[in-house]
Amino acid sequence: MKKISLKDNIWLKIGILVVALIGLVVINLFLDSYKVKVLNLCAIYIILGLSMNLINGFTGLFSLGHAGFMAIGAYTVAILTMPLEAKTMNYYMKPMVPFLLNLNLPFIFALLIGGLMAALFGFLIGAPVLKLTDDYLAIATLGFSEIIRIVFINLQSITNGSLGLKAIPQMTNKFIAEPLGLSSKTNLLWAWGIAILTIIFMQVLMKGSYGKAFKAIREDEIAARSMGINLFKHKVMSFTIGSFLAGIGGGLMAVHLGTIDPALFKFALTFNILLIVVLGGMGNIYGTVISAIVITVAMEALRFLDGSMNFGFFTTPALPGLRMVVFSLALMVVVIFKRDGFIRDTLEKVRGKYAKNQ
Amino acid sequence: MLKINNMTMRFGGVVAVNQLSMEIEKGQIVGLIGPNGAGKTTVFNVVTGVYKPTDGEVYYGENHEKISHLRPDQIAKLGICRTFQNIRLFKELSVFDNVFIGGHLRLRSGLFSSVLRLPMYNREEKEMTKKAEYLLEKVGLFEERNEKAYSLPYGMQRRLEIARALATEPRLLLLDEPAAGMNPQETQDLMEFIYNIKDEFDLTIFLIEHHMEVVMGICENIFVLDHGNLIAQGNPQEIQSNERVIEAYLGVE
Repeated sequence: MKKISLKDNIWLKIGILVVALIGLVVINLFLDSYKVKVLNLCAIYIILGLSMNLINGFTGLFSLGHAGFMAIGAYTVAILTMPLEAKTMNYYMKPMVPFLLNLNLPFIFALLIGGLMAALFGFLIGAPVLKLTDDYLAIATLGFSEIIRIVFINLQSITNGSLGLKAIPQMTNKFIAEPLGLSSKTNLLWAWGIAILTIIFMQVLMKGSYGKAFKAIREDEIAARSMGINLFKHKVMSFTIGSFLAGIGGGLMAVHLGTIDPALFKFALTFNILLIVVLGGMGNIYGTVISAIVITVAMEALRFLDGSMNFGFFTTPALPGLRMVVFSLALMVVVIFKRDGFIRDTLEKVRGKYAKNQ
Repeated sequence: MLKINNMTMRFGGVVAVNQLSMEIEKGQIVGLIGPNGAGKTTVFNVVTGVYKPTDGEVYYGENHEKISHLRPDQIAKLGICRTFQNIRLFKELSVFDNVFIGGHLRLRSGLFSSVLRLPMYNREEKEMTKKAEYLLEKVGLFEERNEKAYSLPYGMQRRLEIARALATEPRLLLLDEPAAGMNPQETQDLMEFIYNIKDEFDLTIFLIEHHMEVVMGICENIFVLDHGNLIAQGNPQEIQSNERVIEAYLGVE
C-alpha cells in the first residue's frame, strides 16, 4: 500500500500552503493590531534566523555581522519607498542628495534592491574576510557591522545620520489585502509570504548538492576541499545568500517599525538572531522557525519583567532590560546542556516517537 | 601518471621529506612504507595540495602537468582523491550524503539552477544519486545509507571513506593506511576490494600501509621512506631482501 507521506506529496504541501495563506488573511482580519504586529515580527525573525542559520549553522562560518546587513537593507528600503514629502520632513538638518530625493519605487522592488545591496556588501566583505576562520571571522564581521553603523551615522545627506528616518510607508497589498479592508492595518501577507518563500528556498537549497556541500564544509574543511569542493567559492556563496536574506529581513523590519535609526542596528540585534539560531538548533530549518516564533512572542509576553512588579508584600522597582536576562540565561542553559539546540532535540524526539508508532 | 621531482617539505627546522623523487606508472598499485614519522602522510599531503612543497615539483597525468602549486580542490578535479589516516568523514551527515557530496565537484549546474530545480540540475542530481547508491552497494553500505556517518563502526567508516573518494571519479586514488585496525579476514577482503575497484574504475592506486601482508600482497612497486629520505624502491622481493630496509623498518636481529 502506498503511504501518503508529507515528504513526497507535492499536492499536500501546496494544500498546506493555501490553508496557511487563508489562515493568515483570517488572522489578519480578526486579531487586534498589536497581535498582528507581533505576528509580523515573528515572520521577520524567521527570515533573519534562517539567514543566520545558513551562514552559521549550515556552513559553519561564525559570523556576527547580521545587524550590518540588516541596516543596509533597512535603509535602502526606507529611502526608496519614502515619498518626497516624508523625505523633506525627515532631512531638516541637512538636505538629502537630490538624486535620492525624488527616487520612489514600489515596495517589492525596493525590498529586492535592499536585499541585493546587502548581498553586494556581503560579497565584497566576504571576499577578504572569509579567508579567516572561527573567532577571527566573528571579530571581523562584527567590526564590519559596527563600521556600517558608524558610516550611516556620518552619511547625513543620505541616511539622515543619527536622527534616523521616520514615517516609512507601510506595506500594502493591492490585490488581496485592500479589497478586504486591510490597508490601514499592518499586512501580514508580505512578511509571512516572504518567510514562507524563505523556508521553501532553504529547504530546496539544503537538499540540493550545494546545500550538502555547505554542510560538508561545516563538518570538515580539510575533507571537503580534498573532495574537490572549492571552500572559498562556497563560503562566499553561502555568505552572500545569507546577507541577501538579512537585507530582506532588515527591509521588512524598517517597514514594520516605521522608524529606523543607526542605534537600532547595534550588536544587540545580532544577538537576538543568534539566540533564535542557537535555541532552534544550528543547521535546523524547522527549529529556527519555531524558535523565532517562540522568542518573538516571549519577548513581548515578558515585557512585564521590565516594569515594576508588585508581589503583594513588596514592590520591585522597574528594571529595564530584565527580560533580556531571561533570554541570556536560556542561551547559557542551552549551550551547556543541549548543544544541538533545545528545539531541534525536541523535534527529533517527537519524530522518533512518530516513526516508532507507524 | 604521477611524478614527484626532488620534493622537499620543511616545517620550520624539521625536514619531513627530503629531496624525494619518485614516479608512478598508470595502472599500478604502489605502496609507500616506512617507520612512524618517516614522512609518508606528508607525501600524500603534498600530492593532494594540502601542503605546498618547500622545494621541488609534482607532475600529474599524461601531459605531466605541474600540480604542486594548485589548491586541493583543483587537484581533486584533475582526478586525484584520497582517504585519510585518521578518518575524516562528514560525521553529522548521512552515509548517503557523504558519498553524494563526493560527486559535487563534477556538478556543472550552478547554484541558481539547483535552487530553481531546472531540468539540467535535476538530471545531474539523479545521476549523482544513482552513482552514490551504486558505490554504497559496492562497498556494502547500502543498508546503512540513512544512518549518520559517525554511528558506523570503524571498518565501515573506512569503506565509506573509500566510497566517497570514488564518487569524485578519481584516476589516481591515494589510500592512507586503509587496513589500519582491521583483523586478518577484513584485511583479506580489503585486498580483494582494492583489486576489484582498480579494475572496475581503471584506477592507479598509491597507498600507505603498515600491514606487510597487504603491501607485499598487492603492491607491484614499493617505496620506502625513513626520516624523510627515500631509502629503497622496488618490487616486494627486492624490498624484503634490501638490507637498508630491514635495518630501518623490519628490524635487525
